[in-house]
Amino acid sequence: MDITVNILLTIATAATPLLIAAIGELVVERSGVLNLGVEGMMIMGAVGGFGAGYLTGSPWIGLLAAIALGAVFSLLFAVMTLSLATNQVATGLSLTLLGLGLSGMMGTSFVGQPGARLPNLDIPGLTAMPVIGRLLFGQDPIFYISIALTAAVMWFLFKTRTGLTLRSIGDSHTSAHALGIKVIRYRYLAVIFGGACAGLAGGHLSLVYTPQWVENMTAGRGWIALALVVFASWRPWRVLAGAYIFGAVWIGQLHAQAFGIPVPSQLLSSLPYLATIVVLVLISRNKRLTMMNTPASLGQPFVPDR
Amino acid sequence: MMRLELVKRPQRSMLFSALSPFIAFVLTIIAGAILFALLGVNPLKAFQIYFLEPVSQVWQLHELAIKAAPLILIGVGLSVCYRANIWNIGAEGQFILGGIVGSSIPVLFPQFEGPLVLPLMLLFGMVGGAAYAAIPALLKARFNTNEILTSLMLVYVAQLFLDWLVRGPWRDPKGFNFPQTIQFNDSAILPELMPASGRANWGFVFALVAAVLVWILMSRMLKGFEVRVLGSSPRAGRFAGFGINRMVFFAFMLSGALAGLAGISEVSGAIGQLQPVISPGYGFAAIIVAFLGRLNPLGIVAAGLVLALTYLGGEAVQSAVGISDKVARVFQGMLLFFVLGCDTLIHYRIRLIGLAAPTLESAPKLEEAR
Repeated sequence: MDITVNILLTIATAATPLLIAAIGELVVERSGVLNLGVEGMMIMGAVGGFGAGYLTGSPWIGLLAAIALGAVFSLLFAVMTLSLATNQVATGLSLTLLGLGLSGMMGTSFVGQPGARLPNLDIPGLTAMPVIGRLLFGQDPIFYISIALTAAVMWFLFKTRTGLTLRSIGDSHTSAHALGIKVIRYRYLAVIFGGACAGLAGGHLSLVYTPQWVENMTAGRGWIALALVVFASWRPWRVLAGAYIFGAVWIGQLHAQAFGIPVPSQLLSSLPYLATIVVLVLISRNKRLTMMNTPASLGQPFVPDR
Repeated sequence: MMRLELVKRPQRSMLFSALSPFIAFVLTIIAGAILFALLGVNPLKAFQIYFLEPVSQVWQLHELAIKAAPLILIGVGLSVCYRANIWNIGAEGQFILGGIVGSSIPVLFPQFEGPLVLPLMLLFGMVGGAAYAAIPALLKARFNTNEILTSLMLVYVAQLFLDWLVRGPWRDPKGFNFPQTIQFNDSAILPELMPASGRANWGFVFALVAAVLVWILMSRMLKGFEVRVLGSSPRAGRFAGFGINRMVFFAFMLSGALAGLAGISEVSGAIGQLQPVISPGYGFAAIIVAFLGRLNPLGIVAAGLVLALTYLGGEAVQSAVGISDKVARVFQGMLLFFVLGCDTLIHYRIRLIGLAAPTLESAPKLEEAR
């Protein structure tokens, strides 16, 4: 029983950064913007979170720094694609490349240093309960944030007027603009929210998952988060399910390596990436599902006429 | 508070079309100066070390050519993809597969020597890269799967595959357990161009030839026209009878073959054996090269040389002033940002609107209905 609980806990830890980054990107894409810079914003959050936590000794300050750095970094993307109407695919790619380079440079002195770790929740009486105690009341704080965030985004997108407006912008920015909606302003806020989420996801990696700084430690998770949004056909609860499936794959291959299964470790390590491809193929061959749910103006630049 | 406003030009500006890479370069230099100053290094001294010293002697120009060759080869291929609005960002993986498949000859048949070895290796490299690129192409054409994500995921798979090969089945048995294959025999080594003055090999010639051939393809042949039509207006392309799926395969496999050629040229020319890591991110830097070169094969030659210089400069500042060579990747990223930003000037005029002088349009409107 204890082993099962432990495995479930590690799956949750592996799924949390994927979930947060994907939920953020989901909001961005629902507003009609495709930000391929998730990996870059995430690694900036990771280095910023680690750095601030290491220098101040407080993982909580690290957490805030991770969110802030992700948001500021996404602002760069927002100015380029929204104010200067640049190609979103190319700009997102360059955000990722810049983030990977910048974080490597910022983190040179952090390599090999012990980092600050966010403490797990510990409620006297509740956390000690058998089985469900640690699952429900003993995880890291970002886990709870991720679940609350998913619920909040679901509520925001489908139960509030602002959420409806955001979705309408994603489906037709010209109609929304004609109705007097400030398309660019909404998109700025969406992109910054996505950046903050990606930063938080990166902070989870360097403050909870492995409290240290390793170059390129996001290891493609930002890209997997992007794939999750497609996999979920832009629905928050499906992102939640997808993130946990991927968390399970990630943990499963690690356990398989630890058990010494006679399969090359490199093959096991490549499973999350192969799984991403398989899942994308399965979902996209269903044309009806993807066509109906893809925000219609996704990735198209918008320049308001006067 | 100032606000940016874009005003569409009646037609694309030829002036900014030509100028924008240079403006971007100047802006990168300015941002770089700020970066160096923040790191506590005198920018002028840093730039001298970064941009001038790495190309001040003849042998260093050879090093520049070695770094530029893969960037140009890959960048030229990617430009065809991006022109067709097809997003292959997995060139790094195709580069690795080209290196692996091409190396299979000297690694598995070390006794095989003679003039046939090298051409076969190069051919194998191209086939390997093209075949690996065919995977995302097939998935896109058959299942409509997003090629950006699949081609990128395959990069990680390729890196792990290479890692497995050089630590497992292909490891040099006499290599003291180092993760590397045997040294290639002499006939499997890409010859140097001018051994008297430096190390540059035939890879650079391949890059120039590829650039000229792709330039002819894109500007003088029907296929190039097809690429441009499908890229700018898929609907018009369909009316003209151009197949979008065939184009996906063509663009992916052409760029994959060139990336594969770059991979085997790098392994056989610059390295001489397979190692766990054979590329300092050439496949990704080449994306920047493609855009900096305005997706024009001849511009890409120049852009490849510039990016090659950022690699050499990064190594130089690391050894001279102790800044991490990651600074090269920062420069590359900034350069792409500024290039993309400057490209806006080709299609739009930028107006700054200050709130101090309100115009009729910016007069307060009714708040949107809540």
